[in-house]
Amino acid sequence: MTIIDSMLLTAMVVAAIWTVMTRSLLKSAIGLALTSAVITIIMFRLNSPFAAVFELSVCTGLITAVFISTISLVKPLTHKQIVQLSKDRIKRFWYLPATVIVVGIVFIYLKIQMPLSLFAGQAEGNARDVLWNSRQLDLFGQIAVLLAGVFGVVILFKETKKK
Amino acid sequence: MPSLFILIPIFGIIILNLPLGRLLKRCAFWYAFVLFSLQIILAIFHNPFFWSGALEAISTFFSVKFTIDYLGFLMLLSIGIVCLSSLVVSRYAITDEEERFNFINLLIIASIGMCGIVMVKDIFSLYVFLEVTAVASFILIAFDKGKMALEGAFKYIVLSTIATIMMLSSIALLILVSGGTSFSLIAAALKISGPNIIVSLAVVLFLCALFIKGGVVPFHGWLPDAYSTAPAPASVLLAGIITKVCGIYTLIVLVTSVFGFNEAIGSMFLFVGTLSVLVGAFAALGQNNFNRMLAYSSISQIGYIILGLGTGTALGIAGAAFHIFNHAIFKSQLFVNAAAVRVATGTKNMDDMGGLSAKMPVTGATSVIAMLSTCGVPPMAGFWSKLIIIIALWRSGHFAYGVIAILASLLTLAYMLSMQRRVFFGKVGKGLENVREANFGFSAVSIALSAITIAAGVFFPAIFNKFLMPLAEMFLK
Amino acid sequence: MIAANWQIFTGFAFFIIMVFIAGFYCILVTRNLIRVIIGLELLTKAVTLLIIVSGYVTDRIALAQSLVITLIIIEVVVMAVAAGVILSIYRHNESLASSKLTDLKG
Repeated sequence: MTIIDSMLLTAMVVAAIWTVMTRSLLKSAIGLALTSAVITIIMFRLNSPFAAVFELSVCTGLITAVFISTISLVKPLTHKQIVQLSKDRIKRFWYLPATVIVVGIVFIYLKIQMPLSLFAGQAEGNARDVLWNSRQLDLFGQIAVLLAGVFGVVILFKETKKK
Repeated sequence: MPSLFILIPIFGIIILNLPLGRLLKRCAFWYAFVLFSLQIILAIFHNPFFWSGALEAISTFFSVKFTIDYLGFLMLLSIGIVCLSSLVVSRYAITDEEERFNFINLLIIASIGMCGIVMVKDIFSLYVFLEVTAVASFILIAFDKGKMALEGAFKYIVLSTIATIMMLSSIALLILVSGGTSFSLIAAALKISGPNIIVSLAVVLFLCALFIKGGVVPFHGWLPDAYSTAPAPASVLLAGIITKVCGIYTLIVLVTSVFGFNEAIGSMFLFVGTLSVLVGAFAALGQNNFNRMLAYSSISQIGYIILGLGTGTALGIAGAAFHIFNHAIFKSQLFVNAAAVRVATGTKNMDDMGGLSAKMPVTGATSVIAMLSTCGVPPMAGFWSKLIIIIALWRSGHFAYGVIAILASLLTLAYMLSMQRRVFFGKVGKGLENVREANFGFSAVSIALSAITIAAGVFFPAIFNKFLMPLAEMFLK
Repeated sequence: MIAANWQIFTGFAFFIIMVFIAGFYCILVTRNLIRVIIGLELLTKAVTLLIIVSGYVTDRIALAQSLVITLIIIEVVVMAVAAGVILSIYRHNESLASSKLTDLKG
């Protein structure tokens, strides 16, 4: 684990905590996109280009677009409500960095034993081969999920006619 | 060839949704009807041509081989029966044609997911099909976009996604140990590896995720809300089969073929099962809402199934599997009756009802039959499966759990009788004088399901030899 | 799996657990429905990284990548449905405070 990896992972954790603790929803969605971007870089370093590209295009792009469109369709709170919410916000949310630091310290002192794994390293192709040849069932599952998603979007996003 | 259970519906949905005119949309109902009936027939008659043969044309692009064992047959049969009931109920409960078309498509997708869950032999494909079923059920619960339904759907989404995340973390840890995701690989690796905290963590995470999916106490928070607010045909599907296949059947398969059964898992199941039985029964006693009471009753019955699983003996697991089938039948029956009552009277509150058995004789009679089966009264089918579970508990030495199971049967009798008295017997409630018998569709489904319950109970010795002994033998190894 | 790889895994797992905690904390403490979904998304990202790291450490990176690709597609659909449910709730309630979702009791 090199220094670059440690820095990237720290950046990921900081982005995640910022996503949780920030006040406005829009900044939260942007924080999510930032976390996705850092994870993409980490994945590139771990020899997984396919997954990294997918994560970048879908998570950083599509999901952020979904979030931002949902947030913009929702009426923002009035100024009085924002002020009142942010007053007790710090009280609620400061437990998070504290918990993270405590868990981090506990983890460093925990010595977990490596599990025994006696499988033989087999020659496998790249991810494209694996996905199309040996995991075809997952592809059909994905098709079914996408069909269900299409129906869901059609049903849920339609304005109901007033009865 | 069992892969046809997944391929044909997917292609069917794609074809049904092409913009080829309205006649195609009318065919949706009959297409689904034929599909589910074929599934029932094929699951009863184990024709080897279908189950082990392979068509050349399919093998060119879909090279997965499926082998189904007896438990799989039983589950496919239950899935077919409940989906067919839900389909027929939807024809009479959903009046708008456009909505009915959407519902039928989602129903077919949910059945694709469940058939996939029953047939896979790989832990990640299990996750994929669990998600297919889950997404279909999210949309089904939120289908009519009522305020309560959306709330129930949201709670279900959050808890189901948390369960998914626990499942995926467990899969990641299992890849660490075994280097792959198929059942046989993981089972072999777990046998070789010694006691290790990573392995135990993976197993516990996966089991807890399945407890959330199956509505087992203490992870049952979403279940009463989702069951009571879903629209009528969706609640039949959800309560009848989805929760059981997603949670309980997967537990049986994983514990017997992958994780292996040991004392720790067994005692955890016994504890959690007893908790479910008691919490479900006590909570059902205090409910006024018909659907909510049935939801807590489901939790209680699922507790029985987990108790049977917790014994670890072949008899216990066979009894649990048979109880899954029985519960699918009588719970769907009760939800169909609840839907009929709600459509006829316009209320779900049991205190407002009363004396309905005079106005709705078929609904009343069939609900009495379902009630007898739930309480385990002979000669209904429920009696046999509960008896097998209690005998298995007794034989494996867990006398205390057996006594608790028997006492909980009395509680079941109590809340079911209270429901019957409040809804069907007694004086006719205020404003209910004009209530007529439910629609033909509801009655037909109720009568069919009651007939299955009675037949399964009366012809039990035949079922015992044909279905249960092979099941038990399968688990003996 | 050699010992050096196990060191790498524990190193990554250390940070991944922190993201898990952030995600769970977000779901438990927030009062706004959209933030609940953001918390779920954070958890999903953490699990994605965990699967890739497991694959990297055991030399099964191709398998891990195909799992992650499938996972990402499925999670996108779940998030879209969740966003749809939230929008419909908003249209009913005119607000997204989770304290308003208290109708179902018992």
